Amino acid sequence: MATTTVDSTVTGAQLLEWYEQMAVIRRTEQAAQDLFLAGLVKGTTHLAAGHEAVAIGAATALRDDDYVFATYRGHHHAIARGATPEECLAELMSKATGVCKAKGGSMHLTKADRNMMGSYAIVGSHLPMAAGAAWSAMLRGTEQVAVAFFGDGATNIGTFHEALNLAAVWRLPVLFICENNLYMEYTPIGSVTAVPNPAADRAASYRLPAEVIDGNDVLAVHDAVSRAAARARAGEGPTILEARTYRHFGHSRTDPAKYRPPEEVEEWLARDPLLITRGQLIERGVSEQEIDAAYTRAEQLVAAAVAVAKAAPDADPAEALTDVWADGSATWRT
Amino acid sequence: MADVITYREAVAEGIAREMRRDERVVCLGEDIGAAEGVFKTTVGLFKEFGPRRVWDTPISEQAIVGAAMGAAMTGLRPVAEIMFSDFLATCWNHIAVEIPKVRYMTGGQVTVPLVVRTANGGGLGFGAQHSQAVENWAFAVPGLKVIAPSTPSDVIGLMASAIRSDDPVIFFEHKGLFASKGEPAPPDHVVPLGEATIRRRGDDVTVVALASTVPTALAAAEQLATEGISVEVVDLRCLIPLDMRTVLESVERTSRLVIVEENPYQGGWGGTVASIVADEGFEMLDAPIRRVAAACVPLPFADRLEDEVIPTTDRLADAVRRLAAY
Repeated sequence: MATTTVDSTVTGAQLLEWYEQMAVIRRTEQAAQDLFLAGLVKGTTHLAAGHEAVAIGAATALRDDDYVFATYRGHHHAIARGATPEECLAELMSKATGVCKAKGGSMHLTKADRNMMGSYAIVGSHLPMAAGAAWSAMLRGTEQVAVAFFGDGATNIGTFHEALNLAAVWRLPVLFICENNLYMEYTPIGSVTAVPNPAADRAASYRLPAEVIDGNDVLAVHDAVSRAAARARAGEGPTILEARTYRHFGHSRTDPAKYRPPEEVEEWLARDPLLITRGQLIERGVSEQEIDAAYTRAEQLVAAAVAVAKAAPDADPAEALTDVWADGSATWRT
Repeated sequence: MADVITYREAVAEGIAREMRRDERVVCLGEDIGAAEGVFKTTVGLFKEFGPRRVWDTPISEQAIVGAAMGAAMTGLRPVAEIMFSDFLATCWNHIAVEIPKVRYMTGGQVTVPLVVRTANGGGLGFGAQHSQAVENWAFAVPGLKVIAPSTPSDVIGLMASAIRSDDPVIFFEHKGLFASKGEPAPPDHVVPLGEATIRRRGDDVTVVALASTVPTALAAAEQLATEGISVEVVDLRCLIPLDMRTVLESVERTSRLVIVEENPYQGGWGGTVASIVADEGFEMLDAPIRRVAAACVPLPFADRLEDEVIPTTDRLADAVRRLAAY
């Protein structure tokens, strides 16, 4: 893993806010798991506990009008871009107040009014979309950038390569950020990929700059994304970032992730992004009490969100026949 | 204005008119820029609008359609070309699973105002992988508007509606019609989506046709007129929205219905048209509904074999004749 120059200008107060946002994601994911086990969340979930530093490190480095495209493991990106835990958990519980009116579910959290343009559940499909959003920004002259977050498993599918090539030849302001958590679903990415760093090592094929970064270090992520976004805005084209991180839960639903060696799990849990940030806060003179208070606020926020979401009305069946077309209807014939 | 315009010229003209009126309209596709398209359907666009509006892409259908989707979601109105409609299969995830679903699954948070244009259909001896009529593929996916014009003027009028639509549109241009000629479209010509038109009035049998089967139906009607059979030809123009009102009103007058499709009988759009007429127009009918569609085989190469598979004027006339006598 390359050593990155970490931006030391981030103050203790700023970092404490980031820590609190990471804690909100952590508590939301725990709540999602608890609600799933209680039978209140149907279908599936793909939780991002452990990936918080990628989402917050990136979100804090982007402009509010930059575009974000995420995957079915995307709760953290929705929250990092401003979706509330309440509307996300309501979505998971099929409530009318869900962020997608209970039409999307866990895999499709979207907050378009914050330019979080969706979570896509076909692996790799959103990389060309992010390139397209960047192309649009370039043509409209807005200096916005687009970011595609994707898993390590997406690096072996065609859209990854098609998107990288197009973005490179058109010099698009797009960031491709791989969250490499070492496992596709149940199979180690290393056992099915021709190169050790599945995203970064492919960059040379497209003459793109790439960096492998510590995805559990929010400052390292923030720093790398800031630099890549600045390059993109300056017209210097796309960057690939490969953030190494780790899932705290299994792939989905109730997967206990028994396929991961216990010593590996132990090693990564010792590098929990919240623990790393805590250390960085203490280095900046923030007290244990202030850090604990931030965590408690996050805990309370999510507990209140769970209560409100649970009490919300269920999705209205009439909603099933709306929102197909831009006029709001589902009419297909006369 | 020229007296006649070809269907091929109408494609470029339809796009150019919209590019002139709305700077958000941009084109992307393989060989569409300086080369002006393999079917010469983008002639003049690169010259008039330049490389910031007309973009040549690599052979990367998923990148083309995926990028068009991302651009459409963020303020542009992209017109993407997929050279042959058979190639839609290489980006079918974006066409069928991403583009038509994203508005719905986000609870209406985003719109995807894009057009995917593609050269569809057989009759030119391109063989099994460059000749399919795949309008029924798109027809099977809720969330896509589906257009397949039969005349140059409709190409222009429907292109205007397609590009102005806030919904995603798949625009099937028929390869066999590119050289066909017709009246030029007047300025500001717009044909609304979902309005069929009656190409020929008749009293005895209604023939519902689309794109290439419209000229087939008109030729059969001409032939049958000499035998005293009066055929009404309905050109659907769009599959989604589907103008069943026009079809049902025609069947109410004729009491007999033949549907002629270039796509295979299995899973063809005519099955849906037939089921609606059977359901809502049963009492108007004096005879069973007949479908004349392509044989359920891959498209063969040789002309004599291709003619066996795709509906011909003679086979359609025969079906109409038998139905008229029923």
